[in-house]
Amino acid sequence: MEECFIYDAVRTPRGRGRPDGALHEVPPLDLASHILKALEDRNSLDTSLVDDVVMGCVMPVGDQGSNVGRIAALNAGYAETVAGVQVNRYCASGLEAVNMAAAQIKSGQSDIVIGGGVESMSRVPMGADAGGWFTDPEIAFKTYYTPQGIGADLIATKWDFSREDVDAYAVESQRRAARSWQEGRFARSVVPVLDDLGEILLDRDEHMRPATTMQNLASLKPAFAAIGEMGYDAVAIQRYPEVLEINHVHHGGNSSGIVDGAAAVLLGTREAGRRMGLVPRARIRAFSSIGSEPSIMLTGPEKVTRKLLARAGMTTADIDLFEINEAFASVVLLYRQQLDLDPEKVNVNGGAIAMGHPLGATGAMLVGTVVDELERADLNTALITLCVGAGMGTATIIERV
Amino acid sequence: MQNLRFDVDTDGIATITLDMPGRSMNVLNSSSIADVREAVEKVLSDLTIKGAVLTSGKPSFIAGADLDWLLALAEAEGSDLVRAATVYDAVMELHSITRRMETGGKPFVAAINGLSLGGGFELCLGCTRRIVADDERIQLGLPEAKVGLFPGGGGTQRLSRMLGPLRALELIVKGKAMTPSDACAIGLVDQIVPANEIIESAKSWILSSAAEDWIKPWDVKGFKAPGDDPRTLEGSLAFAAANARHRKNTYCNYPNLDALMKAVYDGLNVPLDTSLRIEARYFARMLVGDAARNMVRTQFVTLQKVSKFKRRPEHVPVRKVAKLGVLGSGKMGAGIAHVAARAGIRVVVIDRDQASAERVYEHVREVATGEAKRGNLYQPAVEEVLGRITATTDYSLLGDADLVIEAVFENKAVKDDVFQKAEAMLGEDAILASNTSTIPITSLSQMLWRPRNFIGMHFFSPVERMALLEIIVGEQTDPGTLAFAMDFARQIRKTPIVVNDSRGFYTSRVFLTYIAEACEMLMEGISPALIENAGLMAGMPVAPLALCDEVALDLIHSVNLQTANDLGRSHPANPAEALIMRMVEQEQRFGKKVGKGFYDYPAGKKKRLWDELVEIAPSRPEQPDVEALKQRLLVIQALEAVRCLEENVVVSPEDADVGAYLGWGFAPWTGGPISYIDTLGPENFVALCRKFELAHGKRFAPTPGLLQRATSGVRYYAPSALKAA
Repeated sequence: MEECFIYDAVRTPRGRGRPDGALHEVPPLDLASHILKALEDRNSLDTSLVDDVVMGCVMPVGDQGSNVGRIAALNAGYAETVAGVQVNRYCASGLEAVNMAAAQIKSGQSDIVIGGGVESMSRVPMGADAGGWFTDPEIAFKTYYTPQGIGADLIATKWDFSREDVDAYAVESQRRAARSWQEGRFARSVVPVLDDLGEILLDRDEHMRPATTMQNLASLKPAFAAIGEMGYDAVAIQRYPEVLEINHVHHGGNSSGIVDGAAAVLLGTREAGRRMGLVPRARIRAFSSIGSEPSIMLTGPEKVTRKLLARAGMTTADIDLFEINEAFASVVLLYRQQLDLDPEKVNVNGGAIAMGHPLGATGAMLVGTVVDELERADLNTALITLCVGAGMGTATIIERV
Repeated sequence: MQNLRFDVDTDGIATITLDMPGRSMNVLNSSSIADVREAVEKVLSDLTIKGAVLTSGKPSFIAGADLDWLLALAEAEGSDLVRAATVYDAVMELHSITRRMETGGKPFVAAINGLSLGGGFELCLGCTRRIVADDERIQLGLPEAKVGLFPGGGGTQRLSRMLGPLRALELIVKGKAMTPSDACAIGLVDQIVPANEIIESAKSWILSSAAEDWIKPWDVKGFKAPGDDPRTLEGSLAFAAANARHRKNTYCNYPNLDALMKAVYDGLNVPLDTSLRIEARYFARMLVGDAARNMVRTQFVTLQKVSKFKRRPEHVPVRKVAKLGVLGSGKMGAGIAHVAARAGIRVVVIDRDQASAERVYEHVREVATGEAKRGNLYQPAVEEVLGRITATTDYSLLGDADLVIEAVFENKAVKDDVFQKAEAMLGEDAILASNTSTIPITSLSQMLWRPRNFIGMHFFSPVERMALLEIIVGEQTDPGTLAFAMDFARQIRKTPIVVNDSRGFYTSRVFLTYIAEACEMLMEGISPALIENAGLMAGMPVAPLALCDEVALDLIHSVNLQTANDLGRSHPANPAEALIMRMVEQEQRFGKKVGKGFYDYPAGKKKRLWDELVEIAPSRPEQPDVEALKQRLLVIQALEAVRCLEENVVVSPEDADVGAYLGWGFAPWTGGPISYIDTLGPENFVALCRKFELAHGKRFAPTPGLLQRATSGVRYYAPSALKAA
């Protein structure tokens, strides 16, 4: 089997996912093209060598519709021979894009593939793609559909994470993210977004609130209590009847931020790297996805991690750094607890609670962040994972070359 | 066309007057549907006819589909799919008629002179226009969902397209009949006119309207249903929320309602003709299913029979209560006094002191205020009702009472005392009744001079809302007394079931097994959350431990003590009784009325499970599957219901099922405890009993009758038992 190497990884800064966010005026195609162009420019890439562009995008409708992978490549001025595809593994789409790109390379079917993702949540809101999963009564009943916020609160209830626990985690995420920005740990990957006149639209993650304290988080009202009361709590309890009532602990301050952004990872065989004149930074060692119970929805990371470690013949002790997407604080707390991980190895540079979670792009962003961190801290292995809609989990293990 | 008259006037307008021979109401069945088809085709094929008015020759319009006919199709020979196909064909025949009316190029106007429900109303929806007589007593709408079915005559699809899908669903799930003005306000009826003008109004509309007025909106290219579209962001959120609310309200225990939701969803964004096929398929599959049959039987057919007072002894002249005595002014006594006074009866309420007696006035005012808050008109005026009630401590005021009902504390000595005081005042013909929920009537009659004039009248709380009256015939109760008790039930509009004497009679006896089993579970170390959810998920209206609090733990305790005392048995006899005793005697937690029981009831906040309950009943680390608990809670009740049947406490499966439905809301999706056994099959039910007996003890031992049925396979209900009365 071929080996698959990471040659470069880039991302945009994350703009607040609202009309007053800095990236709101940039259409998602432009965001994606911007990041593809950045890969080309930084690496003097001959795009005619690229076989495929795999782009994660979770709301592939409206501005993001019509196969954002292929169209972004055309928009970026890539050679017209470069194919493109859009994939949707919900919140892990960006990582799935990297994995699918790696799969093409490892199987010997492609030499150079870009995996990445894009989401302009300010322009194409969550839920814009609708979908039978929650509207069609039959499947909604069968799967006990509840929105992910209810699942996050259910995790907190079931595993006894208090409001203080989740808020404390959020404060720590903000602290770590602020420190990393201060120390320039993201400098290698983040490519500022410029306007047509060359002025900077955004060069920092816009969602961050480094001054966050337990006190100011305490003033936030639970975000999901109202929809819970309306019916979703009952659905969750019918699936988990050991719970008498749901403890709603999550709010905007301890859940992932809604943001705009794009990311891309340049992947290829060793031989392709030679042709491009690039030095590999890391190797994709293994990857996997899994399904778990869809109603609670967010318990996939632990399951896919165990599956992946077993497939790779590794244990958690073999992993130096873990990146688990901070969809909600309880997801990270549960993951750490279930796998008995040292908090100092998990999300060392903060995560989506501080910096935001541009759905389709996040997975690819995490790959870039952890490659940078492995190099900075001179460590070897990292595992990236995200909780995924409908109970799935996706994970990837990388190691430095 | 024996079911209708067909006349054509000089303007060329046909009047189709449905008037089925030998029936008090028109219904839709194969014969009437065939006649309607013939009439519709005649209108469409005769070039001299401009259009038609559809009306009825009876006081009502159309009562609905003929359930006997539909159920006979559903119960015919063959596999589920074969029978469903038969139902499908019958329904599609009706659809083809309404589609001919909608697309035939001539107007058909429904002139609705009276009640039009279910399939009858759906036929109206298939007409070009609906004109209704201005009589607010006329009931219109689609009540099918309330009896275990859903509208299968195009109602789900036309309503979705007229009102929007989610509004339509809400209306259909509630199944509440509408008045003409309600129906007109939401656009289901086009016009309300004086009763004697409906035909003329229909005709003049036909003459003044043009061809474009006869086209239904959904037959115009580019039609889009109003309301939420699940393919949009906002619409998908609304549908998702509706799905969640549905599960919250129903626990997805009702296949008819799940199928209804699915039919509306699947049918929304396709042409109407396609959507009618979709609806027909879901309807057919539902109709041949167990749940629909069970629910229709108990909640419609049996309920109708019971409501017709079939069990009243014949040849006893009807007698009315002019004056009622009520002993005890607590919640039950006050409730009984209230419903009687509201029905026009003079009431004397007696309690041990004047202040206690006068609690009845406060009760009446509270209920009236509550109803006003809910937007219901309270009739007659509160002062008029209060004026009929006399609160006193003076037994001599009972002098000319026709009936005296006792509703004092559940203790035989207390009851014996008030009975003797009351009986001393009563005339020869007067009837004395006890509202006891558990103490055998025969034992209460022992101290009386005229035990034949004594009967049990067990009301349910809250008396104003609960339809059931359990009438208990003691060993010496005579038929005249029973007839009089039933006449009184009719007078105050309660639905009586008649049962024979036994400790706890029928309803309390079975109902108490539900909460006792929950207490047993708690003492086994099953987590209270799991127990409560299991009860609710099984379809019971209230979770069992919360129900203990509602009933009051001290009341349950005193029932347990009374039983032990009467039977000469030791107390506590089991962990459940011990738990209740501890809660009452040691913990002083009497239930909701004092703000503390299994739950705490902080003022203005939601109830919370009592923190220290875990110390009395620590939860085991390994918890059972909720499905097993659900089954256990239903099986223990069904088994007790069977014992009542075998001991002749209830005399028929129908009474057992309808009493369970009305009395304590036994999982309505099952059709009742006996239907539940039939659906599982006696052999499977016995196997379940054996399994639980092994794990939890003798109380799950199957009865001899059940064992016999398990061998023979004979069910409680004969296949033909669905025949409506």
